[in-house]
Amino acid sequence: MPTETDNRPASRESTAASGPKTPSFGRPLLRTSYVQEAAIFPTYLQKGLVGLALLTITLAVLGNSFLTFIPRWLLGNTWLGPVTIAVIFGIAALGLNILVGVTGQVSLGHAFFMGTGAYTSVMLGGNLGEEESWKACVPFHDNLGLLERQGECGLGLPIWIWLPAAGLVAALIGILVSPAAVKVRGLYLAIVTVGLVFIGLHLGRMLPEWAGDFESGRKWPKLDIRVWKEEAPLVSVTEDGEWFGLIYLSEEQKEFFFLFAFLLLFTWLAKNLVRSRTGRALQAIRDRDVAAEVMGVPEFEYKRLGFAISSFYAGIAGALFASFNGRVSPIDFGLLLSVDFIAILLIGGAGTIAGTLLGTAFVELLPNIVERLTARLAEQLANDGVMSAVAHFLLTDGSEGNFGPISTSPTAPGWPMSVFQWNFVIYGVLIVVFLIFEPLGLFGIWLKIRNYWKGWPFSY
Amino acid sequence: MITFVQTLSKAIALGSIYGILALSFVIIFKGTQVLNFAAGALSMAGALFLSILVVDGGFPFLPFANPLAPDPGETAGVALWLVHVAMALIIAAIVGLVIERVAIRPMIGQPLFAMAVITLGLEIAIRPFNLDATALGGRSIGVPWGNESWIIADAIIPKSYVAAVIAAALSFAAVFYFFRSRFGVAMRAVAFDQEAAMAQGINVGRVFAIAWALGAALAALAAIFFAMAPWPPSGSVSAEIHPVWVFRVLPVIILGGLDSVVGAIYGGLLIAFFEIFAGQYLSQWTNILGPGYSTIVPYIVMLAVLLVKPYGLFGTAEIRRV
Repeated sequence: MPTETDNRPASRESTAASGPKTPSFGRPLLRTSYVQEAAIFPTYLQKGLVGLALLTITLAVLGNSFLTFIPRWLLGNTWLGPVTIAVIFGIAALGLNILVGVTGQVSLGHAFFMGTGAYTSVMLGGNLGEEESWKACVPFHDNLGLLERQGECGLGLPIWIWLPAAGLVAALIGILVSPAAVKVRGLYLAIVTVGLVFIGLHLGRMLPEWAGDFESGRKWPKLDIRVWKEEAPLVSVTEDGEWFGLIYLSEEQKEFFFLFAFLLLFTWLAKNLVRSRTGRALQAIRDRDVAAEVMGVPEFEYKRLGFAISSFYAGIAGALFASFNGRVSPIDFGLLLSVDFIAILLIGGAGTIAGTLLGTAFVELLPNIVERLTARLAEQLANDGVMSAVAHFLLTDGSEGNFGPISTSPTAPGWPMSVFQWNFVIYGVLIVVFLIFEPLGLFGIWLKIRNYWKGWPFSY
Repeated sequence: MITFVQTLSKAIALGSIYGILALSFVIIFKGTQVLNFAAGALSMAGALFLSILVVDGGFPFLPFANPLAPDPGETAGVALWLVHVAMALIIAAIVGLVIERVAIRPMIGQPLFAMAVITLGLEIAIRPFNLDATALGGRSIGVPWGNESWIIADAIIPKSYVAAVIAAALSFAAVFYFFRSRFGVAMRAVAFDQEAAMAQGINVGRVFAIAWALGAALAALAAIFFAMAPWPPSGSVSAEIHPVWVFRVLPVIILGGLDSVVGAIYGGLLIAFFEIFAGQYLSQWTNILGPGYSTIVPYIVMLAVLLVKPYGLFGTAEIRRV
């Protein structure tokens, strides 16, 4: 992949060569060489922060294994699940970022492509239907409850086939729908892609042999690395045990590291795409499509490419999601999932890799945090003090004379609403608030902080 | 033949409802350049307001009740019911005004997409309240004619269908009249160019407010007529009618064009014809097409049309030269 340095003018060669090759301390926007400008992490501070973040995550996840001084609740099994889901969604969000943030094409159809990838992986990598087969390869009643359908089996192929295949099939379908998508622009495109999601949901209803029961779904492929269909996996990811004879890890920890490696890989690919020739062409189309075409960037071809790359990411993420989640059902890939990704981009900061990842963590973990806080608050009900008063004000068990907006019973319908429903309200309000007050999202907040310290103690 | 007439009446009625809802989208888009994804939550909230007013006789947690409400267990007469509809529409319009003031007004000048996503956020934020209100089962909206129908030459035509057509005709007449009025001309000017309109002394903020009030009221009206007896057989607002049906209107406004009032009529009727006739005459192949296949027909029609005409049948084509 060509980098910025490959096609710089020859006359600048000398200055670039004489300039410092290493990243600079401090001053974020002070660049003294082209190498520096093209660097992924231009300053030592950024390198250090990223390294520190990686180290923290690794240690926190390993905490259960041997670092006993790290509190178990930090990334114990209860937290690892949501965090791993966030990692998978991060891959999909990076893909949508390439389409929405870099190419400037608004798509609400990301869930459809994720579903495509998920079902490709299920068909190729799903089990052959011997032991522990569930909903696949066994007869089940279709949605009308009338007909008995024979479920289709997966082929049981190993991960190195079904994972790339999931991405490629999704990319292919992205290319197939792109003739309709590249012609329309702006809001029209958003609406067309909404149509895709509903058509995808209906395909799930149409083909229950493949999709499984609409509500409960079907069997998933396993994350284990196998050479072919042999019994014992080469690298086991889905069972507790030693990894490479080095360290004993639980299943959740293995899955996390396995998927986190994919996230790092795809982050690296996305970052390199943005600073390559292709990435610059896509950005030119985003900034002004007419001007881009005047400069010789073929608009439709690059839009199609953007669609294909974004769908590839979505397909990969869908396949990983299916196999991690352990349940695939068409209903998972509805419009709300697409809106999730748009919200991730807007809350994180569209067009930036760091913002996308921040947004994913924020959007995916917020509901869990709210639920945890509510549970902690409920424990305070028995005590005295300020927190207890807050808990009494907010929480209610729904009995007579006991008012409050949040119901402690998660299943009771009607007012007061459960935490689950309040999460949606908080989520929707957050989207609105972020768009109004911080259009650049979390990344914009980081920029503000950085710019404040850049000139400190002066104001600019 | 009887099947055909009944199907036709159903298609026209559904087309009218789609038309009203599309009109809500068009007015909001013309006035504020916002594609209102929150129409689903707003419309269901409007129908719920009617249910609360006419069946419960007043809002909970408020110290006063609705003085006009019929006695509990009784159904309001047609005139009284229409008064309640008007009240529900006014409340919906007030909600629209609040949304415009709080969430849309600060976003003037931002990209169209950011505004559209704001409405998506509103949809997500309002929807739980709607679903919560209907969590214990559907809520009746107290339609005076219930599930009655007329029999014209052996064809059964529910009264609700006729009511929907009348409502659509009235709203379209009102909107056409509105666009001839002073405010309507101002809105058309704002739709054409916000800054130029402002330079001519038009109060753009007021146009925004009017557009959202009208749009929210029209969305509520559409939901009220969609919650009547033959559509959901129980004739009540429930979680079933909410999440998806408003998104079926997106093909309508794509076909009609986001900014065309006439297009809303034609688009609504066209999509409803395809949907209802496909649902009626292809039903023997349900096994292959999958249950509920008719709800997908609008999107397929939309994709087919967009391949030929990227700006819809009546939308303003953006002239571009490269």
